[in-house]
Amino acid sequence: MLTRDPISPAALLAEVASPECGGTCLFLGTVRDGPEDGGVTGIEYSAYEPMAVAELDRIRAEAAKRWPGARIAVRHRLGLVATEDASIGIAVAAPHREAAFATCRYVIEAVKQRLPVWKKELRADGTMLWVDPQGRPAVVGPE
Amino acid sequence: MPTHALNACGTVWLPGPWGIDVVRVKFLARYAELVGREEIELPLPQPATVAEIVRQAKHKLPAARQLPEHLLAAVNFHHVQLDAAVRDGDEVALLPPLAGG
Repeated sequence: MLTRDPISPAALLAEVASPECGGTCLFLGTVRDGPEDGGVTGIEYSAYEPMAVAELDRIRAEAAKRWPGARIAVRHRLGLVATEDASIGIAVAAPHREAAFATCRYVIEAVKQRLPVWKKELRADGTMLWVDPQGRPAVVGPE
Repeated sequence: MPTHALNACGTVWLPGPWGIDVVRVKFLARYAELVGREEIELPLPQPATVAEIVRQAKHKLPAARQLPEHLLAAVNFHHVQLDAAVRDGDEVALLPPLAGG
């Protein structure tokens, strides 16, 4: 579920494909360089890996219990991810579209709230800055 | 109060004051940079809570005093509150604000 290789949407979709599923959602979170971000060329992702794997297992199990029949595949990148590349990919197939959308939304929101993953922005000027959850560069020192 | 007890294997287990009960404390991401190391082993404190572990870490490592007063923590790969109990052999992780996805 954690990978240092590029995320393959086709592989995620193949992982959840089932003749019993009539709706499939694919979510990709990508590294962006917004106008307020000041020249972001990439993001370095790091994780508390054993906990991140355990937390992803728990999130998938919760979603599968809440939406029976939903099939869920998740990949989160670690290491340097370039602008426009996917840092996370989530594929969900379910018997019907409502459950596919709801499950996919549940998984990405839980990942945002609970996954022990951190990011450092790589700026065009060569500097790297830790980023807080609101997307602002973090001040190093007492909070 | 007995000063020792037998564990499930029948061997003698000595509690806290002799310092053999330890917890591993891990500093993650930005906190590892602030503290200058990724982990430390500490004697199990009394009271045996995450908050007390943080206090002990700050006492032992001056650089750890830069850690915020309120921080996220996990014990054995589960999110916990700072008043959560810790036991011998636990892994306590101190987590900067999460930024996954």
